[in-house]
Amino acid sequence: MADGAAPTAAGPAARLSRDGLPLLLFALLAAAPFAGFGDGASLTLMARAMILALAATGLWLLVGGAGLISLGHAATLGCGAYAVAILDAHGITEGAIVFPVAILGAGLFAFLTGAVSLRTSGVHFIMITLAFGQMAFFTAASLAAYGGDDGYTLYGRTEFLGGRLLESRLVFHFVCLGALALVWALCRAVLASRFGRVLRATRENPLRVQAVGFSPYPYRLAAYTLAGMTGGLAGALLANATEFVSPAILAWQRSGDLLFAVILGGLGRLHGAMLGAFAFLLLEETLSHVTAHWRLLFGPLLVLAVIFLPGGLVGGLVGGRRKPGGPA
Amino acid sequence: MSAPLLALRDLRKHFGGLAVTDGVSLEVRPGEIHAVIGPNGAGKTTLIHQISGTLRPDSGQVRFLGEDVTALPFARRVRRGLARTFQITSILPGFSALENAALAVQARSGSSFRFLRPAAAEAGLNREALAALAAVGLAHRAAVPAGTLSHGEKRQLELAIAIATRPRLLLLDEPLAGAGAEETERLIGILGRLRAEYGILLVEHDMRAVFALADRISVLAQGRLVTTGTTGEIRAHPEVRAAYLGEDEMA
Repeated sequence: MADGAAPTAAGPAARLSRDGLPLLLFALLAAAPFAGFGDGASLTLMARAMILALAATGLWLLVGGAGLISLGHAATLGCGAYAVAILDAHGITEGAIVFPVAILGAGLFAFLTGAVSLRTSGVHFIMITLAFGQMAFFTAASLAAYGGDDGYTLYGRTEFLGGRLLESRLVFHFVCLGALALVWALCRAVLASRFGRVLRATRENPLRVQAVGFSPYPYRLAAYTLAGMTGGLAGALLANATEFVSPAILAWQRSGDLLFAVILGGLGRLHGAMLGAFAFLLLEETLSHVTAHWRLLFGPLLVLAVIFLPGGLVGGLVGGRRKPGGPA
Repeated sequence: MSAPLLALRDLRKHFGGLAVTDGVSLEVRPGEIHAVIGPNGAGKTTLIHQISGTLRPDSGQVRFLGEDVTALPFARRVRRGLARTFQITSILPGFSALENAALAVQARSGSSFRFLRPAAAEAGLNREALAALAAVGLAHRAAVPAGTLSHGEKRQLELAIAIATRPRLLLLDEPLAGAGAEETERLIGILGRLRAEYGILLVEHDMRAVFALADRISVLAQGRLVTTGTTGEIRAHPEVRAAYLGEDEMA
């Protein structure tokens, strides 16, 4: 295990075997537009997949890292997406403003709701995150100035220094890929850091963490806020991908989908979130072409996945289920 | 006589109508192993909980290093040097033995709100963690996942974690519980060595270990302190002999 005794000089080879799969995924996504997947439909699907994967990676920090099951993650995506819509309605489309506002706004939402939610634990925590998510949903639905129930159509994507960079599907593809890779690398570093060690320890045994002198609460709250910020980034990207923002973006079903992607991918490794999100979308896409009643097939498949892949895709695919406490 | 590390003043705790801690006062001095014995249900573990801060007493005072810590939560008492172990082993099974101890070192050395630098590569943390493992004879198992250690080794690891917090006083709740004969011998040896550096409040059922290790013994029954004395005094105490120890164990 990499968290073992002597900090072994992890050579490039060791690193490649640990992170080979996520790096391969990034490489494939980078090559895809030039290898026959450069058409509009493919790029749209891949952008959605990468954004979902980004949001799931942030959620993994809570579920896999801290052992906190949140059913309210979509609300942070909503914060990011509505930041784009609301600023757009007031004529602000500059990315250097929009993205920081989306990320910090979602972070603030997560901080405030987390400060309350994290006073509870277990089932109560799940329910209170769901409740906050629903509050955000109905708040969004009542924002008449920004489309209310009907949603808000963006008449252009976020700009950078006045340049309409994101209008290019190819540029947008690489912006999403870059954001996903960055968030993955950051979450990975955070999990291996001092902070991440405390967080992983609180998941394994909160009493033990107190017994060495830590109060778990501030660490959990910081993790909740970080996850919220990644949700905000994902939401802002999603708004740009669809050029449309509606309350559906923060429906609790989306929180469920994200949680499912995380669990399907596996809690053993951080990149499980990405695998899960990609598998989830791919399955949905394939099945919906087969039949209009694709959800009838989707459900049972997910049930089978949970039964036969208890370690998720990372556990089943590479057989490399790390020990529960490792730094992911 | 030096000032006591720990002083309990008329500690009381009720669960409903039942007095589980009924006016307990005792002191632990530096360098002393002070054992608390008593039959099952005497309130020994409840007492440990109140000293460590996992349970609030109804009234009375817990004084540690001359200060009133009665209102301080568990984690803050640990940071002041009041470490404890648990009757049922409490470790991080998925962490390596070294990382278990390193977490405790981390808690007292600098901020843990550091987000990017890998903790496993911090030589300072690893060095002190390894020293704590070595103090309980577990250095050779540093890289092993804690969950796969033997029962006795887990008890040793819990001691190492407590030591790694750099405590002044160790509260040990039945450190020998569930240990085999050989493991018990090893643990008694370790505890004997630790007394040189730390005050120890020891709750233990193994009378042989208690009489081998303790400087003073307090006898608890139904939440009340029956008596406190040296091992010799306790051996000779008629009430204790009758109520708890039994003639055989005293032989």
